[in-house]
Amino acid sequence: MLRRSAALGAVAAVPANVLAQAERAAPYANLTAAEAATLEALVARLIPSDANGPGALEAGAARYIDGALGNALAAQRPVYAAGLAALDAFVRSRGGASFAALPPERQDELIADLEQNRAQGFTPSSSAFFELVLGHTLEGTFGDPHYGGNQDFIGWDLIGYPGLRLAVTADQQRMDAKLEPLRSSAYDHAQFDEHTTAGERDGD
Amino acid sequence: MATRLDRTDVVVVGLGGAGGVAVEPLAAAGLDVVGLEAGTRLGPRDFAPDELRNNFRGWPQAAQKCNREVPVHRPNASAPDNPRAPLHVMMNGVGGTTLHYWAQSWRLSPWDFRVVSETKRRYGAARVPPGSTVEDWPFGLDELEPYYDKVEHAVGVSGQAGNIKGVIDPRGNIFEGPRERAYPMPALRGTEFTDLMGATAQRLGWHPFPGPAAVNSEVYDGRSACLYHGFCNRGGCHVSAKNSTAVSTIPRAERTGHLDVVTEAHVTRIDVDGDGRAAGVQYVKGGETYIQPAAVVLLAGYTYENARLLLLSTSAKYPRGLANNHGQVGRHYFTHNQAGAVLALFPRKLNRWYGLPAQGVAVDDFADDNFDHAGLDFIGGGNLWVYSDQRPIAAASMPTFGRAPRWGSQWKSFVMENADRWVNSYLQKTTLPYEDNYLDLHPTVKDPQGDPVIRITADYKDNEKRIAAYIQDKMEQWFVAAGAVATVRQPFGTMGMSTHAYGGTRMGDNPETNVVDRWGFCHEVPNLGVLGASVMGTSGARNPTLTAQALAWRTAEHLAADWRSIAA
Repeated sequence: MLRRSAALGAVAAVPANVLAQAERAAPYANLTAAEAATLEALVARLIPSDANGPGALEAGAARYIDGALGNALAAQRPVYAAGLAALDAFVRSRGGASFAALPPERQDELIADLEQNRAQGFTPSSSAFFELVLGHTLEGTFGDPHYGGNQDFIGWDLIGYPGLRLAVTADQQRMDAKLEPLRSSAYDHAQFDEHTTAGERDGD
Repeated sequence: MATRLDRTDVVVVGLGGAGGVAVEPLAAAGLDVVGLEAGTRLGPRDFAPDELRNNFRGWPQAAQKCNREVPVHRPNASAPDNPRAPLHVMMNGVGGTTLHYWAQSWRLSPWDFRVVSETKRRYGAARVPPGSTVEDWPFGLDELEPYYDKVEHAVGVSGQAGNIKGVIDPRGNIFEGPRERAYPMPALRGTEFTDLMGATAQRLGWHPFPGPAAVNSEVYDGRSACLYHGFCNRGGCHVSAKNSTAVSTIPRAERTGHLDVVTEAHVTRIDVDGDGRAAGVQYVKGGETYIQPAAVVLLAGYTYENARLLLLSTSAKYPRGLANNHGQVGRHYFTHNQAGAVLALFPRKLNRWYGLPAQGVAVDDFADDNFDHAGLDFIGGGNLWVYSDQRPIAAASMPTFGRAPRWGSQWKSFVMENADRWVNSYLQKTTLPYEDNYLDLHPTVKDPQGDPVIRITADYKDNEKRIAAYIQDKMEQWFVAAGAVATVRQPFGTMGMSTHAYGGTRMGDNPETNVVDRWGFCHEVPNLGVLGASVMGTSGARNPTLTAQALAWRTAEHLAADWRSIAA
């Protein structure tokens, strides 16, 4: 029943860091190059690549956000433009060149400033922008890979989600059940229509 | 120029949980019914297990008329409006929100029908909260029992009876009112975790039981049993095991040949004739305006849209809105006191990745008047519900219980360990209507057609806040007894837009304080019926849908039986 089982196998065989490098080479669809660089640096610190494995950047969260800003999240496009610009302006006001150019420890301090609403120049507030980006980063890391995020199932592996099972037995719901991770998008299953994912939020 | 269509016997505005049930007895009685639905038809191919689309993007595949008329909330008449929600909580579509709801299908308890008289009898009149406009229902549970029974069988409800003709069965809810017979299907199975919670409740001296659900626990009416795949929460069922009206009552009504379903029909007004009787409705479809004349109009939108259509339908006879010459449309509005959950962290994996929100364990010992309130400062109570339902984005968005930041390497390490070790609860609590909680038309915010949206003016009062704190204590006690190492209490919030919205067209014998009579027809407009939770005057401590459906079935049966007098 899997629509693209062969392709899936191929994807799974490519290491995540190689994929992420390839992704970075392609231009973004909606964000400018400068915006994309700032957003990539941001998601890379929200869910970092570390000793526990790859993070949001490798999962494609920035790519996910870029794609969504062209359809489902189109209304947020100006919010990202203003927020990312405000972040770099805030960095410059503190003597930096850009957020992306800062060392990770410095980036983390600035993200904490956003979260705690200590950063100036954001409308309505830096914490609102932080919450927006964090929420979309979680969507792009842990959502269905159909939307361009959760590449190589990085997000699902991270939290131990065993994947889509269209039928689940009582034994598979036991607390100590050992479940083999199944790696498919909902739309790899031919019984579901992909076109339902394309629309704007308010439909007709 | 509007197109005038042929007159029909009954036009039903909205084919969701309530209207979708009412069409079956109407069509079976041979009445010609036109069902106008704002949304489209959706089926199993639309119901992908896609958390991002279903839970975060508000079902973009549906034609969401309701998203253009999202109500605006303010907590009281002197407060500014809160920011308007981007999406409506309900959806349009044949079957309405029953396509994606949790499908918990409860009967109200006997107390819910007699809150005023029972409170006076047991505790004294002073215990009815000040400012509340609560009334006894015009009838008791015994009157509604046969209709609950019909809907449980027509739609298909799984559950464990706790009281059949007065004989108590401790496997079910020992506090429920008497039922004539068992559920048509056994309860959904539990999980090892919900069984652990049930055993813990028993150890505490409580009376746990599996909740009722309009989800097949076995093959029913030719449709599959539930496959527990984990995407039921705001997702439709890919094997039609969730018993929305789209797969149960509506297709049966269509097979009689007496139901004509019109999709993407946006009803804008209810028309009246020179005598002040309902004459039919106007709707817009594909940019064209149609007039659908009917002998009887049944208004079956959601609570907000029911009040809105009445208030928008002004005429010489009804200058303040249809059926509103007594000023009762929009009054006695309340939403379920359902926020303020308790979350718990356990020291082991729980495996809640699969299942459904209706697969769980309930405790009713602290609901309604099932416990003595003599030494307490509130009336009513809450139902405790723990269930098996978790998807990856929501899991990663878990609270950190004060043990980690919300992002970065420390967070990542925390969530790797704990994403499957935490659990939510669902605490539904009694809410009462109050004099100063109400719906009206917003003075400035309009939909794209230029019609005002609903303004909600409502907030919780002391009685609701006290129940919430009391029930959170009980839920915390339950989790800790089961081995939780940390708990978090969610805020109560305010009374904004809700999936459990009641009132606005309340049912009662007194036309001075109620819009519809005991059969669901308007006191002022006898050939205009109203279906849905907008007619309910109390909430109980449990989901409203089955009660709204039982009332809808009863109104429809009454209409068919008394057709000559109502339609004349």
